[in-house]
Amino acid sequence: MDVYLPIANLSVNGLVIVALGGITGILSGLFGVGGGFLTTPLLIFYGVPPTVAAASASTQVTGASVSGVFAHRRRGGVDYKMGGVTVVGGIFGTGIGALLFRFFQSIGQIDIVINILYVIMLGAIGVLMMREAITILRPSPEGTPRKAKKRRHHPFVTALPLRWRFYRSGLYISPLAPLILGVCVGALTMLMGVGGGFILVPAMLYILGMSANVVVGTSLFQILFVTMATTMMHALTTQAVDIVLAALLLLGSVSGAQIGSQIAQKAKPELLRLILAAIVLLIALRMLYGLGVQPDEIYTVVPI
Amino acid sequence: MSRILLGLLCFFALTAQADPILVPEVSQDEVQVRQGFTGTELLLFGAILDPSGARAASGYDIVVVLKGPASPIRVREKEQIGGIWMNAASTDFRSAPSYFAVASSAPIDQIVDDRTAAIYELGTRFIQLSPSGAIDPEEQERFTAGLVALREGQGLYEQKTGGVTISEDVLYQARLSLPSSVTTGTYTAETFAIANGRVIASAVAKIEVRKVGFERAIEDFSRSWSFLYGLMAVGLSIAMGWMAGRLFALV
Repeated sequence: MDVYLPIANLSVNGLVIVALGGITGILSGLFGVGGGFLTTPLLIFYGVPPTVAAASASTQVTGASVSGVFAHRRRGGVDYKMGGVTVVGGIFGTGIGALLFRFFQSIGQIDIVINILYVIMLGAIGVLMMREAITILRPSPEGTPRKAKKRRHHPFVTALPLRWRFYRSGLYISPLAPLILGVCVGALTMLMGVGGGFILVPAMLYILGMSANVVVGTSLFQILFVTMATTMMHALTTQAVDIVLAALLLLGSVSGAQIGSQIAQKAKPELLRLILAAIVLLIALRMLYGLGVQPDEIYTVVPI
Repeated sequence: MSRILLGLLCFFALTAQADPILVPEVSQDEVQVRQGFTGTELLLFGAILDPSGARAASGYDIVVVLKGPASPIRVREKEQIGGIWMNAASTDFRSAPSYFAVASSAPIDQIVDDRTAAIYELGTRFIQLSPSGAIDPEEQERFTAGLVALREGQGLYEQKTGGVTISEDVLYQARLSLPSSVTTGTYTAETFAIANGRVIASAVAKIEVRKVGFERAIEDFSRSWSFLYGLMAVGLSIAMGWMAGRLFALV
């Protein structure tokens, strides 16, 4: 089924795009991440111009997170106060990201910056998650139940002034910490064309020390609003949002997300986290390899 | 006196060798880019006639050049720096055609010399890109070759030797394909009749490539109503996400 994309200016196989959305949707339903970190590189690989890929992927992530937010809201899994603070930070972050994007674009290094960011982020998070999952999965010696790790936030967080109570997260910390986190994730969202869930979830767990049952819902809440801001930012500045491409991706990802969340209810969460860690590490390794080998195309063309 | 005589002689000598008439035609003068557009094939054909209307004598070669709208571009070259392949050198071209295809009835280097080929842009080697800034010719050639190879890979630049067939010394035809990623705008199809290394007749036809219908509307909307367009994209994604949630809740 050939579909012509009016903004990307090329024709693609619609079924391939829907399938691509479906795969990322299943991942997002399973792991609570948007899946943008898969969509954008795969779209670029398929021949969609990078800016259009990043812009339309952010639209897709919005759709994928909506149903997730609704589901988590029903069982009280969203800390709105915490979410609100990260959203404010995130919107600032997208602005900063847009400036950085333009700067790196003008010196012609945006691709390499994106790739290096991917390798560092995915590599670090993959290792972190992998270690965590393996310790949990490994049977504890002598059958004694393992002591639950005492939840504590990063020392940096406690050093910040001004403290707020975040009841649902079970935290009494400075709002500056989630604000800064929001800014970083927002900037990365704009730069890398990702929702940022794969950064936000571990950061909320390990840096802020939020209670685990609100982490996924709150991160989806933040992603929802930040990707909305990103889509608007792209629509106004780069004008690269391809609504046809986004609709195709959405078709796959919103159904995929539902399927994914149904699988997630049946599977062992530790096992899921191990699989996600493996996927993330594989992508990081593939991109690291890509940095070192000679690319197929030495030359690239940009309009001026 | 003798100089004037010589001039007159030359004048008659030139006009006596009557130039043939070239009647070009394109299978379609408008390409509509609409939903399901996967590229198209253009048939450029026509006839070569004597001024008297008889079929022209044999011994002509035909070259067809199809060019898309040009725009200024920057070409960047990747280089391995510290183990990582990243963009290093770059060069600017003021007018790089978005599409360029040449078809000829015989290898171009056998029809004309390089100088003539360069004047009429007969071949991907001779595209007039108007490089800006002073860079040495060798480097410029490398960038040009890189650009041509890149766009050849994308189906945007093409050189088809033997792509023009001439039947009965009077009718010629060439098929050139436009990929789905073509830029919209006015394309020019130039046809050259060449004999003895000289262009003896040429003709130009114009082809309009444009988006129509839904595709046109979307593009216009996104350009002139960016804010509303953004809201529409956001609204669409929320609606679809919400609907999927409701639908699957029923299952």
